[in-house]
Amino acid sequence: MIRMEQVRKAFGDNEVLRGMDLDIPKGTSMVIIGGSGTGKSVALKCILGLIQPDSGKILVDGQDAASGDRDAFLARFGMLFQGGALFDSLPVWQNVAFRLLRGSLKRPQAEAREIAIDKLRRVGLKSKVADLFPAELSGGMQKRVGLARAIAAEPEIIFFDEPTTGLDPIMSGVINDLIREIVVEMGATAMTITHDMTSVRAIADNVAMLHDGVIKWTGPVAQMDNSGDPYLDQFIHGRAEGPIEAVR
Amino acid sequence: MNPLTLLQRLGHAVLGLFAVTGRLSLFTARAVSHIFRPPYYPREFGHALMSIGWLSLPVVGLTAIFTGGALALQIYSGGARFNAEAVVPQIVAIGMVRELGPVLVGLMIAARVTSSIAAEIATMKVTEQIDALVTLSTNPMKYLVAPRVLAAFITVPLLVAVGDVIGIGGGYVVAVKNLGFNPAAYLQNTVDFLELRDVVSSLVKGAAFGVIAAIMGCYFGMQSGRGAQGVGSATKGSVEAAAILILAANFVLTGVFFSI
Repeated sequence: MIRMEQVRKAFGDNEVLRGMDLDIPKGTSMVIIGGSGTGKSVALKCILGLIQPDSGKILVDGQDAASGDRDAFLARFGMLFQGGALFDSLPVWQNVAFRLLRGSLKRPQAEAREIAIDKLRRVGLKSKVADLFPAELSGGMQKRVGLARAIAAEPEIIFFDEPTTGLDPIMSGVINDLIREIVVEMGATAMTITHDMTSVRAIADNVAMLHDGVIKWTGPVAQMDNSGDPYLDQFIHGRAEGPIEAVR
Repeated sequence: MNPLTLLQRLGHAVLGLFAVTGRLSLFTARAVSHIFRPPYYPREFGHALMSIGWLSLPVVGLTAIFTGGALALQIYSGGARFNAEAVVPQIVAIGMVRELGPVLVGLMIAARVTSSIAAEIATMKVTEQIDALVTLSTNPMKYLVAPRVLAAFITVPLLVAVGDVIGIGGGYVVAVKNLGFNPAAYLQNTVDFLELRDVVSSLVKGAAFGVIAAIMGCYFGMQSGRGAQGVGSATKGSVEAAAILILAANFVLTGVFFSI
């Protein structure tokens, strides 16, 4: 469903993506792992068009992501941002129903609010949270609201950017379970970027290891522990010694 | 210093200036074009009207009243040097309406509104809220920039008009209470002396300064770097740029309206 072919992106002299190839089949959950600063977020933002790649192709259902109706293209996506990226000036329900209150998916306000409250319940939040503002919520609650916003318009493709960063292990487990349940329930295609190995095992059907701007290894999560790839082995076992240079 | 190095630095500076001017011009053109193209965001526009216009009234009113009062005192004491104390109403009126009203309101808006817009948008950028808008099929230029620019274009001339009236009022109170002017004669002199051109120039300056203030806030916010330092730099840069451009535009517009 999503295919990246030889995607390159540099910021000045810093070449972040150096010919990245990736294939995410429809209805599967792909998790991209890799150290900090290896270009995971850049890859994700390139697919969404938030960053323009210097060269290479990004195809969604065979269509070039850079051409065609942008609104229709983005309407197929939901995204959970690392910090939640909730709009401070709007109450929680308007954050969740943002897409349903304007644009091509616009619904009557009462209906949008009802959907928002339903999605909040789906991520384990009570309806009384709906009228609070994001600043009044804990980090875990903000992630859940972000998740509710990502699924509010029932997207076909959902992206999760570091979904458990900054959360305690129990809340991380809750968010991982929610992501897995929701992706399966909606039959959505998911792409998650993380360096949390617990998340990888909970969320992934397939895993791709990004290092030095290219995918070093990709395959089913079940094969991850026996891949024989030294980069992947070092990363998943968190070893300081290995082909990936660790800065001390 | 080596003359070649000096020339090189000068060249860099000039090219940099051209680049910023170009980016700013494109940004302004895009912002203005989005005002006229749907979708529109009336809720955002209403919010911008309130925060730029209504909530700026206290600071504009206080600035104007003290300036008008001080102006009356200055003109009276200065005019006394050549027996021209009687011109206080006329000079206060012309000074407030043509110059001090628009410029002071413009600078107050730069301090209050430009900084607030830049800090808000920069924070949104740093916390990925701008990216979130895009992924939710919402163009940040339409949602964040166009409503603020339009609201500033509409409200700042009104604030200038209010500032002009309150400033003249400040001068009136000081002149009548402290300097012994006749209240009715003071008002009559003020009204008689002002021309339509004075009022129109004041309102046009207000509209131009409003657009400059909003554009600078939005532009610097959108261009913000990362982290708290990025937000701080964007805010500082926006106010500096807005203030300088407002003063420069004031000079140009004054030349356009009143060059002989």
